Amino acid sequence: MAAVDLNEGAAGVAGDDGVRRRDFINIAAVSVAGVGGLALVFPLVNQMNPSADVLALASIEVDVSAIQPGQAIKTIWRKQPIFIRNLTPAEQQAANAVDTASLRDPQTLAERTQEGHTNWLITLGVCTHLGCVPLGAAEGENKGEYGGYFCPCHGSHYDTAARIRKGPAPTNLEVPEYEFKTDTVVQIG
Amino acid sequence: MSFPWAEEYRPKHPFMRWMDDRLPLPRLVHGAVGGGYPVPRNLNFFWNFGVLAGLALMIQIVTGIVLAMHYIPSGDAAFASTEHIMRDVNQGWFLRYLHANGASFFFVVTYLHIFRGLYYGSYKAPREMVWMLGLVIFLLMMATAFMGYVLPWGQMSFWGAKVITGLFGAIPVVGEPIQTWLLGGFAPDQATLTRFFSLHYLLPFVIAGVIILHIWALHIPGSSNPTGVDVKTPQDTVPFHPYYTAKDGFGAGVALIALTILVFFFPNFLGHADNYIPANPLSTPAEIVPEWYFWPFYAILRAFTVDFILPAKLWGVLAMFGSILLLFFLPWLDKSPVRSGNYRPKFRIFFWILVADVIVLGYCGGLPAAEPFVMISQIATIYYFAHFLIILPILSMVEKTLPLPNSISESVLHGEKAEAAPIDLGDATPAKA
Repeated sequence: MAAVDLNEGAAGVAGDDGVRRRDFINIAAVSVAGVGGLALVFPLVNQMNPSADVLALASIEVDVSAIQPGQAIKTIWRKQPIFIRNLTPAEQQAANAVDTASLRDPQTLAERTQEGHTNWLITLGVCTHLGCVPLGAAEGENKGEYGGYFCPCHGSHYDTAARIRKGPAPTNLEVPEYEFKTDTVVQIG
Repeated sequence: MSFPWAEEYRPKHPFMRWMDDRLPLPRLVHGAVGGGYPVPRNLNFFWNFGVLAGLALMIQIVTGIVLAMHYIPSGDAAFASTEHIMRDVNQGWFLRYLHANGASFFFVVTYLHIFRGLYYGSYKAPREMVWMLGLVIFLLMMATAFMGYVLPWGQMSFWGAKVITGLFGAIPVVGEPIQTWLLGGFAPDQATLTRFFSLHYLLPFVIAGVIILHIWALHIPGSSNPTGVDVKTPQDTVPFHPYYTAKDGFGAGVALIALTILVFFFPNFLGHADNYIPANPLSTPAEIVPEWYFWPFYAILRAFTVDFILPAKLWGVLAMFGSILLLFFLPWLDKSPVRSGNYRPKFRIFFWILVADVIVLGYCGGLPAAEPFVMISQIATIYYFAHFLIILPILSMVEKTLPLPNSISESVLHGEKAEAAPIDLGDATPAKA
């Protein structure tokens, strides 16, 4: 646009350092717009995070008094299945008898339960391979070769401490954060 | 590329040259909103509102898509999911307030854009298609805004849907079947909500498409300007970038400050409290008021109270739609060869009377239909139609217009030769703007 005689004015005149006032205005304006744009991205992204009503259901209390030794129940926590299992002394012994060094994901039963409540095995009912719900919590279901849980999707076998023993799953069934409020009420999450 | 002196796109970087041969998108941008689009050098801030309307549409689409991730279009859950957005969703309150007030923002800038066009004669040849496509966008906006207002499923949503679809019920014989067809039932219900949600999501993209046509049609003759004089020489124009990107950027900053103040400090100022009451088909609010941007048209609708050959209700509906359809004929109703109101002393007076008339209509439309406001809206409605059908055609025949400047550059550079002369040689007083 050489045809237009552009009267640059004071803003267009370079100072001693070669910097024009216009350069400063340019950088300042574009920076403000950039920061503003980024600030707007935050709510647009964050709105996809769990909302307050979802987070409000993030912890549950379960009464485990009716679960007899050898029984397990399934419950739901954060829209995922939870297995709560009352281990028999024999099952605990079987779990403790295993040499942890031989395990894919070495953990002792004590590490996977809480002190004073070592008979309560509380895990997510989500196979660590690809997320199926393993069998073994309900009466009559296949408990796998090690008497714990068995995932029918790709044949992962978990033992009585819900540790992976055979099959494709990379780690043991996940133990969620929980604490015993009383001897019979446990709060998960 | 409207003028032969438009700067050609010459990519320097090898990658950009490679790209230009395969997908010349940068070339398109350069020619549309870059250095390759020469724009009259004398545009004032009223020329900001087109870009601002585009910005408003972008805000609406972005916030709307996000809200649709949380909203549930169901009679049982719509109201609750809206409250869920307000209370539970992270920053949901901000996104919804931005969407609701963004609609008002969109209409504010669009009305200013339309009145800019009316004052400066932007609808005249060769820009008739630009004007008419703009009206199509305006109609689509109104449909979109109406359906969006129904979605929260509050009392105003429900009764707004009932009343507005009832307009179609005024059509003789087929009116009632059409209303039932629009609603998918005998009153607004589940079927109404889901179809309104679907269309409310669709129409903004249709608007975006028509905007492309609007801009395409605009770029054939190029932008109009405050003098209404055609661009004649390269001296009359400056490249869009950086001159008008900077000016539009500044305008966007000011407009966004205004919108932000509204969103953060007065988010419900333009809304109606009754829409925070869940929809109840058995109880009509004491007073049904549409959103403010429909008030002038609502006043025209209610101005007809006497049956004259046709029922009054039908007259109201015809007048309301007529008040916008009329504008499609504006380029042929106003035959004055002078575009800009700056050079039409009488037109200018009537233009401001029209502005006042529309404001009066808007004021009456927002109030309950009681005297004296019914009579005032009747007078204002008559004037509205008279302005376009009687005053403009007569004015264009009898008005003595002021002399036009020879060129755009002459109009902006008057006196600058003297000013630019060395001290003591030229006229020392600065040029008047």
